[in-house]
Amino acid sequence: MGLGLGVMRTIEFLLLIIAILSAPVLSDLILSKVERRIDLTSQIARIASTIKAENDGSSSVSEILLSIPEVQAKNLAYLTAKLVEGKGKAKTSGVALAVEPANPKGMPPALSFYTMILPKPLANGDSVTLDVLAAFTHSLRPFPEKITQADIQLVVFQDTAHYLSPYPVKVQSLTLKLPDARIESYTKLENTKGLGSEIKYGPYENLPPFSYSPVAIHFEANQAFAVARELVREIEISHWGNVQVTEHYDIVHGGAMSKGEFSRLDYQSKPQIRGASAFKHLVAKLPPRAHSIYYRDAIGNISTSHVRGDSKKTEILIEPRYPLFGGWKTAFTIGYGLPLQDFVFESEGKRFLNFSFGSPMHDLVTDSITLKVVLPEGSKYLSVSTPFVVQQEEEVYYQFNALAMLMEPFMLITGIFFLFVTCIIYVHVDLSISKSSASYLAKLQWDDVRATVQQIQNTVNQCLSTHEKLEASLRDLSRTGDVQACKAARKATDGLLKELSKELKPLISFLQSSPPAAHILPKVEELVAKERELQERLMAKHSTIVDSYEKKLGGRETENRVASVQQKIVALRQDIEDLMEYIDEI
Amino acid sequence: MASPESAVNGPTMTAGAASKSLRNAFGGVIAFIILVLIGVLAFSIRLFSVIKYESVIHEFDPYFNYRVTQFLSKNGIYDFWNWFDDRTWYPLGRVIGGTVYPGLTLTAGTIWKVVNSLNIPLSVETVCVFTAPIFSAFASWAAYLLTKEVKGPGAGLTAAALLAMVPSYISRSVAGSYDNEAVAIFALVFTFYLYIKTLNTGSLFYATLNALAYFYMVCSWGGYTFIINLIPMHVLLCIVTGRYSSRLYIAYAPLVVLGTLLASLVPVVGFNAVLTSEHFASFLVFIIIHVVALAYYIKGILSPKMFKVAVTLVVSVGLAVCCAVIAILIAVVASSPTKGWSGRSLTLLDPTYASKYIPIIASVSEHQPPTWPSYFMDINVLAFLVPAGIIACFMPLTDSSSFVILYIVTSVYFSGVMVRLMLVLAPAACILSGIALSEAFNVLTRSIKFQLPGIAGNPSIASEENGSSTVVAPNDIPKTEEAAKEKPAKKNRKKEKENVEKKPTPSKTEKRLLVLPLEASVIAVLLLVLLGAFYVVHCVWAAAEAYSAPSIVLTSHSNDGGLHVFDDFREAYSWLSHNTDVDDKVASWWDYGYQTTAMANRTVLVDNNTWNNTHIATVGTAMSSPEKQAWEIFHSLDVKYVLVVFGGVVGYPSDDINKFLWMVRIGGGVFPHIKEPDYLRDGQYRIDAQATPTMLNCLMYKLSYFRFVETDGKGFDRVRRTEIGKKHFKLTHFEEVFTTHHWMVRIYKLKPQRNRIRGKTKKSKSSRSVSSKRDVRGKRNPWH
Repeated sequence: MGLGLGVMRTIEFLLLIIAILSAPVLSDLILSKVERRIDLTSQIARIASTIKAENDGSSSVSEILLSIPEVQAKNLAYLTAKLVEGKGKAKTSGVALAVEPANPKGMPPALSFYTMILPKPLANGDSVTLDVLAAFTHSLRPFPEKITQADIQLVVFQDTAHYLSPYPVKVQSLTLKLPDARIESYTKLENTKGLGSEIKYGPYENLPPFSYSPVAIHFEANQAFAVARELVREIEISHWGNVQVTEHYDIVHGGAMSKGEFSRLDYQSKPQIRGASAFKHLVAKLPPRAHSIYYRDAIGNISTSHVRGDSKKTEILIEPRYPLFGGWKTAFTIGYGLPLQDFVFESEGKRFLNFSFGSPMHDLVTDSITLKVVLPEGSKYLSVSTPFVVQQEEEVYYQFNALAMLMEPFMLITGIFFLFVTCIIYVHVDLSISKSSASYLAKLQWDDVRATVQQIQNTVNQCLSTHEKLEASLRDLSRTGDVQACKAARKATDGLLKELSKELKPLISFLQSSPPAAHILPKVEELVAKERELQERLMAKHSTIVDSYEKKLGGRETENRVASVQQKIVALRQDIEDLMEYIDEI
Repeated sequence: MASPESAVNGPTMTAGAASKSLRNAFGGVIAFIILVLIGVLAFSIRLFSVIKYESVIHEFDPYFNYRVTQFLSKNGIYDFWNWFDDRTWYPLGRVIGGTVYPGLTLTAGTIWKVVNSLNIPLSVETVCVFTAPIFSAFASWAAYLLTKEVKGPGAGLTAAALLAMVPSYISRSVAGSYDNEAVAIFALVFTFYLYIKTLNTGSLFYATLNALAYFYMVCSWGGYTFIINLIPMHVLLCIVTGRYSSRLYIAYAPLVVLGTLLASLVPVVGFNAVLTSEHFASFLVFIIIHVVALAYYIKGILSPKMFKVAVTLVVSVGLAVCCAVIAILIAVVASSPTKGWSGRSLTLLDPTYASKYIPIIASVSEHQPPTWPSYFMDINVLAFLVPAGIIACFMPLTDSSSFVILYIVTSVYFSGVMVRLMLVLAPAACILSGIALSEAFNVLTRSIKFQLPGIAGNPSIASEENGSSTVVAPNDIPKTEEAAKEKPAKKNRKKEKENVEKKPTPSKTEKRLLVLPLEASVIAVLLLVLLGAFYVVHCVWAAAEAYSAPSIVLTSHSNDGGLHVFDDFREAYSWLSHNTDVDDKVASWWDYGYQTTAMANRTVLVDNNTWNNTHIATVGTAMSSPEKQAWEIFHSLDVKYVLVVFGGVVGYPSDDINKFLWMVRIGGGVFPHIKEPDYLRDGQYRIDAQATPTMLNCLMYKLSYFRFVETDGKGFDRVRRTEIGKKHFKLTHFEEVFTTHHWMVRIYKLKPQRNRIRGKTKKSKSSRSVSSKRDVRGKRNPWH
């Protein structure tokens, strides 16, 4: 298993070694001790090396070179170096060193170099201890490359058992940590020990620069090989108190391609065996106090997700619509809001956003990431600082006037205000072009007519209220029995009504004279006539009741005498009311 | 509903005493506020689907409309007209621009554009989801306008409130139901309003607007033929009943001329606007109305004697000409096999037509006749109010009320033929029920009011007449005030006078006779309010429970009250879209065509447009053929994946096995070797051990039940409630590539052709049995 591939790779590396051996040795540094630990439990190969370097030459050294074979270098995702201070158990990793790509002369072409610049030059005989942490993606190659649903996924990892360095190495060792599963095979050199899920190479002593001894480890790895081929993150700041984050993922299972059938039955009945290489879900660790979390794709919401949160983080477990087997793809979007004060800070009149650059997903390899920061309208003097090693926080500085956030509401208010103003103006302004046109004159006339009709209506209303007075006097009569007062009241109302009807006359005659009122005139005349009839009836009723009261007739008899008049009165009132309404409508 | 009316009256009561003009202003403002509230109600009652599920496009056709809108918003209007879609009806394709009713798409596209130009970044999907609720609010307002023209604002408000929540309309216009009907019902009611408005005013301005509204309706929905047949019918009715007037002429003639010209601008209609029988009625009536207009004109200028002579002359000549024209028309119409009618129209005229000749139309569930419960479900109490509304429309019968009567009568017939046309009935039912309710309240409140001032009228003797015979309410002291308040409550009455122009004084005395006893009126008002309340409760229930499901997501409640979501359709479409090649062809029954193109972005053979019966029959034939023949048919069509919907695991009833007989029927209609009886045992459709071998060996059976038996060991189908007939079998020409979580969608891949082994081929060529087999196959497979 894995031999074909291994042989090819070996040839490749042999060529490389030939090239390397011909290269000159760089400086007088000696690495007195190199310990490498490679963690292969996830799809990312994390290589932690502890390097002790000694200056054996005459001149002081201020930088140390790291070499990585180019095949691996293109997969390098992360590289940091730290100075270790103190000795023995009191070791603490201290200052981070600047790591820069370098291109020293006279080096073999198949290697990439990085230089670590020491804070102070290393004098002759001094030594320094460094922690170098490197992470490589896509360095576990599935082999076989295509498996069926029932197969387990096997991967090959290749590296060198000897630390590849431009300096001589005195003592070195390599430990590989594998997942707790089957190990298919591994290259056996001298001093190779396999202990459970750990493989140890070394210690090897006194190796010359550019020593190289390829090893290949072939083992089972069923962990999620989730690879985001493309990730677009959008961070939108609103000074109303929210930072909205939207992340678009385009995910592929980067492990061994699946071939043949996919049987849901097998997957459901024995997911561990018949779907070992698939992954069902991803876990994203969001900042605490994340809210309004959503998870959807182009065709709608995806209902399979769970959110757990505590004060330190919000954890969201998202399941794609279907389990992903090797080579299967999916795409989705997650979004969440964060409180503004947790991420946007103010200093010296400037505001800055401090936000993590990478994806919040666990164990997700991101091939390409685009980060968009949307600042509110009115932001000025933008600058970005990314201490640019990936997986770090980035900072965006900008200036923003707090008043500017009132701009949009203000625009809205102004818009609506002007809408109303326009309406008011439209209603109140006379827009007719010609003041002498027939229609304009007709309109003016019509306005007069309406005013007159209004006056008539008012007068009729006054009459009606006068009628009420008459009725009230009758009520007083039944209560007090004061016939004289009642008669006086009748006289008074009579006079009042006469005056009112006098007032009506000129109005009616105006209506009669103006042509636009033609269609309304009959109604108005009817109204006035009805009102007059009502007056008469009321008077009649009044006098009848007063009369019968004087004659001391009984209630029933009075009622009988009045009944017919009363009915008429009610009907007339109704008619008047209807007429008024009708005229109103016109 | 009672609420808007009483609300109109309520505040006006206090204002009434003060000043009438003020009261009118209040009335106007309050009517306006009520209309706004009705709009809000219409919009928000349709949001249950978004709240209970999610903001997503529903069902089948909306997905197509959504896809077209996306195309429109991305590529612009000119590309839209020229769009040839090669992702459907493979290998034929479809000219989308020329075969789609563009109204809905253009509406939503315009909204999207306007909103985005205002810097409101809504997605096309959001706009599409909310188009239907917005237009239902518009439809309610249009119903208000229409009913106001017929019976006054009180009835208008009632009708608008009823329409805002009528379940039948909700079923087609919940948020996400992005279908033509959503805007078409608004267009329909608004066109009718403008027609009535023109008829009432005789204004050419409204006539022109009417033609434009008709144009919008033509753009939106094939149901425009209803308008272009109903209005001529009404015109004819008016002429026959002697109601011809110049207003009628203005309402009709411009509509036909402008409307037909505009309609033929819509690509999907084109020359159909003058060629098909659906439009003939309008032209016929157009001729008749001119003849009648001429007759009236001549009658006006001639003396009665001369007129009689002219009539005899014209009638004799006219009859001859008419006979000739009719003969030509009949010859033209009869020369076409469907008599110039489209299949769907013929189905309406002859309800048995589709089941006899066009199984595709008959196979759609919404084209089936409705059952009685569906009337109760969809229009609820309106069904009882409509007859009262019809009676109210006869008192007095005007041009506009006769139109409403004609509308309800025709739509009741159409809804009886097809469930789907219940949608056309709903506005008519709302308008008539609105009239009925409003009239009822009118009569009842009037009789209450009439009797109260009767007591207040003679208060002077109230103290003495305790034992009087008139109906006396026990509370008497605040009577006068109360009466004063009650007066304006009669505002409703004015609407009648408004329309019946010469205010009929005799009818007033009649009205006075219509007074009901006070107690009876009060109880009746209460009962009507109760009826309204019942309607509201039913509508809210229907909106929340019955019609809010988007049908691509199903949910069920587990025993502990948890919600279980069945999102299998989208799971499958998502899988297809991400894990197959972009040009792969997917075969499925036509129901899933629109969804596959929209959600999975894959080419399909047939879709819900169903324009090519032969193509659908080919897919039906493949599904009903044995595996090998099916493989050959699919292979000849470049199909790579076959998608079937299977509900046997979770009990989802509308799956492909239940639709299968239609596939057989449609397939058999074109390819006679597929015979329906082969799939039936004694006339019964079954899939258990009694099923016929043809059934148990057809592709649909095999793809649905492949390895199904291993789920529970028995193969118990939870939809058909039986154990399946053939349990253990292998597929030789297809392989399972994906099955969703609940097995509702299963996707199979066609296996590649097996490598030919030289020796074997020679051998098989020489063998007779195989060659005879090939002959059989040649006959069976229509594509070879």
